[in-house]
Amino acid sequence: MAEKVLSVNKLQKVFGGIVAVNDISFEVAGGEIVGLLGPNGAGKTTTINMILGVITPTAGTVRVNGMDIVTSRSKVLERTNFTAAYTPLPGNLTVYQNLHIFALLYGVKNSGPHINALLERFDLKKFRNTKCGVLSSGEQTRVGLAKAMLNNPDLLLLDEPTASLDPAIARDIRANIRSFVTSRDCAVLWTSHNMHEVAAVCDRVLFLSHGNILLEGDPKTLPRQHQKADLEDLFIQVAREPLSLKEG
Amino acid sequence: MSFIRVGAIVLRQLYLIRTSFSRVLPLFIWVAVDILLWGFLTRYLNTVAAAGFNFVPAMLGAVLLWDFFIRIMQGVTMSFFEDVWSRNFLNVFSTPISLREYLAGMVLTSIVTSSIGIAVMFLLAVWIFGFSFLSYGIVIIPFLLVLFMFGIALGIAASALVLRLGPAAEWFIWPIPAIISPFVGVLYPISVLPQWMQAVSRALPPSYVFESLRAVVFGGRVSWAHLFLSLGLTLLYIFLSCLFFKLTYRHALNSGLIARYSAENLG
Repeated sequence: MAEKVLSVNKLQKVFGGIVAVNDISFEVAGGEIVGLLGPNGAGKTTTINMILGVITPTAGTVRVNGMDIVTSRSKVLERTNFTAAYTPLPGNLTVYQNLHIFALLYGVKNSGPHINALLERFDLKKFRNTKCGVLSSGEQTRVGLAKAMLNNPDLLLLDEPTASLDPAIARDIRANIRSFVTSRDCAVLWTSHNMHEVAAVCDRVLFLSHGNILLEGDPKTLPRQHQKADLEDLFIQVAREPLSLKEG
Repeated sequence: MSFIRVGAIVLRQLYLIRTSFSRVLPLFIWVAVDILLWGFLTRYLNTVAAAGFNFVPAMLGAVLLWDFFIRIMQGVTMSFFEDVWSRNFLNVFSTPISLREYLAGMVLTSIVTSSIGIAVMFLLAVWIFGFSFLSYGIVIIPFLLVLFMFGIALGIAASALVLRLGPAAEWFIWPIPAIISPFVGVLYPISVLPQWMQAVSRALPPSYVFESLRAVVFGGRVSWAHLFLSLGLTLLYIFLSCLFFKLTYRHALNSGLIARYSAENLG
């Protein structure tokens, strides 16, 4: 078994009396893609934001390569990156300018050749000097993914990374991320509402409901264990009748 | 502290300025307008006032020093507002950058961008009205230092306010210099103000600068004790504004505000 890159232990977040994330624990190993699934409001993005250090947990710890996000924030974030469908890069800068600035922020040395390789990888060379704001949402998503791979992270957090891509590009991007993960032994936490995508790409899934981890397992076998035809049916049951699935 | 990350914040602003005429123009246009307006007004006053008194160093000099302070303050807030306008907080604060590096980047950005306006200001003042700041003598150094540091302090505090109250609070920020100006006595002595306004003036470092400036112009003695007091006050304000920003940032991390600035759909 590969070494654990991400360890989340008894993580909790309470916003003004509302429990968004409730005492969850899980790990992600190098080279592993773990799907973080659940209906809207389940606590997925709050969990990701706590791992990124932009929301302070009420309780619990997040450790990346053994380092705590609260006490070793800069060191952890040098080895972590993320992209989310709802967080495009500044639209008033060109693709290259954005990647250059984030390369500096992540401490990437001699970033020019690396940025060019990422532009090639995500078919963005022709947009090198185009302002991000005029790109289509699919193109902006690819820029976000290029930014997410700038520092060759050990931990990659992908919040609905293919949400605005057409099926053909989404398939290419999934293959692209897969190859990156395999070649870099990178740990990935992936949220998506596309259950076919999750089944195709994730090694393991965690179903969140009301801030709790409801189910955990292999996306290929988990539906059968709960008498469901596929992951989508299981997702719908998690969303509508979570109590009927509660394990233990 | 990583100077590369500090430089990244400055570089972002330079990239924006390089390609945006609407960002270049405000760097010097208001300074130029002020110089022309106040320059010609003071020239006119010189022709109608009692012989021997020169309004240029008293009024134009004061206005230009006040412009200098406004440029510095806005240089800091503009750097911050770029992240507000582009909803970039989540991207920036999920990188290894520390709060200290981010604030240092804002200050350095202000120095770089405001120096363009200040250079234009100096050149126009000399070229059109024959006025040089050097005419005040060595005392111009603490004048500029106090105004620079107070501009930084106010810029950081204003940015913290926007971080705390949300992007709409930007409209509280622009009038701040105008609200302060009656208290600091840019164009008149503090003694003409009512008592309660004088009490406020004493807490504002620029008021000591403008009182000293008038003392120089009218051939009196500069109160170095007052200038040192104003320097001490500006250091205190810088400390307090950084503390305010730090506490606001901490609140934003606790409440999820940083993430919500760019994403309303927290899971």
